[in-house]
Amino acid sequence: MKQQALPAFDPSGIPDDLCPIATDHLELRTGDWRAERPVVDRDRCVKCATCWVYCPTQCIIEKPTWFEANLEICKGCGICSEECPHHAITMVEEREE
Amino acid sequence: MGRVIVCDGNEAAAWGVTLARPDIVAVYPITPQSSLAEYISQFVADGILKAELIDVEGEHSVLSVLQGAALAGARTFTASCGQGLAFMFEPYFRTPPLRLPIVMSIVTRDGISPQCVWGGQQDAMTVKEAGWIHMYCENAQEILDTIIMGFKIAEHPKVMLPVNVNHDGNYLSYGVERVELPEQKDVDAFLGEKSINWHAALDPERPMGVDPLTGGAGGAGPALFVKYRKGLCKGMQNALKVIEDVHQKWAEIFGRAYAALVEEYCLEGADYAIVTIGSMSGAGKDAVDLMRDRGEKVGLIKVKTFRPFPIKAMCMALSKVKAVGVVDRSVSFGWNSGPLYQEVLSSMYFLNRRVPTVSFIGGLAGSDITIEHFKFVINITAKALAGNIPPEPIWLNEKCTLCGD
Repeated sequence: MKQQALPAFDPSGIPDDLCPIATDHLELRTGDWRAERPVVDRDRCVKCATCWVYCPTQCIIEKPTWFEANLEICKGCGICSEECPHHAITMVEEREE
Repeated sequence: MGRVIVCDGNEAAAWGVTLARPDIVAVYPITPQSSLAEYISQFVADGILKAELIDVEGEHSVLSVLQGAALAGARTFTASCGQGLAFMFEPYFRTPPLRLPIVMSIVTRDGISPQCVWGGQQDAMTVKEAGWIHMYCENAQEILDTIIMGFKIAEHPKVMLPVNVNHDGNYLSYGVERVELPEQKDVDAFLGEKSINWHAALDPERPMGVDPLTGGAGGAGPALFVKYRKGLCKGMQNALKVIEDVHQKWAEIFGRAYAALVEEYCLEGADYAIVTIGSMSGAGKDAVDLMRDRGEKVGLIKVKTFRPFPIKAMCMALSKVKAVGVVDRSVSFGWNSGPLYQEVLSSMYFLNRRVPTVSFIGGLAGSDITIEHFKFVINITAKALAGNIPPEPIWLNEKCTLCGD
């Protein structure tokens, strides 16, 4: 089938109250919802990536010798802490500093 | 004038769909919609309708498939009713805020339980607040015409909303009538180029997140959610004018004029009126004619467009009479009346004038609303005009004999 070339999408002609689409990142940060923060014990972490596999928001990022959560995205569900076979992740209550 | 055929309402609907040239049709059969699905299937098999017909495993998937198809730019159609519509509700509610111009016939059927498979408008009336446009048809020709007009209305850039074209199960779905088929070239010219996904598209060439997260208690979320809700309400209000314009254009091209929002029948010189919706209106008009011959100053107000509700048109009609009897083919359980009755009462607030009203509920679960019933309705409404207003709704078909009171 012949592929028709389409013009680049231009949202400027669309009424901004028509329907929810996103051509840029939204400002909404799921990290704002968090009640508890995952804190990684770097000595215990062996980079097995179990947390990376289980994280439902896929917010685990790789560091040189450990993994940790992107706190802008992490909702604080605690699944990584629960699943970590080396008990390297502790959930710590978020407090206003 | 195009070819004239003799067919039932479901076949008329299938012809309307065929003439509108949809790209994708997805259906799951359910009584009394099933033969509509079968006609479409036959038309596709015969090569008359060059659409892709997707047989899915249930109504939830029907509408989910069509949402994807519409987001990819396809003109889409489906039909459902009753329990099928109930199963469809999750994607049903999602369709209007995504502003997807899908057209769907609801071949109206009463609600279960008690168990029944026959007509009644309970299914469509129960989903009236989901943001779909709802238009009710009176006869087979109007079904065909309104389905084609439905695409034009749905795809209008100031509307961009899904449209339900509703016709009464049994009485319209299986009732056989004379139907004129418009010429394909005229329908093509009437509908023009389709433009389905200019606002939200599934397209790797121009990627976008469709339906991203909004709402919540913080940040920009709540304001975003309100903005889209208000936008949907605005689209609905825009639709009132577009529905009228499209009906006007239809009359000019095809010579068949319908009252787009509210029909006023014999309201000239009327003291009181009955209010109807859907196929019952035919018997209602016959009864009005008969009673007029006897000197009764009665008229009829028929609602075609139920969502958005045409408050101004209803007020215009109500301003001409001094009492109304509203006949519903479904039940508003929360108000102990019919839902159309509620809409008439609400409209009257804007009229700044209260007149006696009576709620009638009839034609449930396949029962007929006959001319005899309407004579009864007219008599009770005339008594209400004279001050004798029934305190409770009156249920037609409550007794096995006609209209016993």
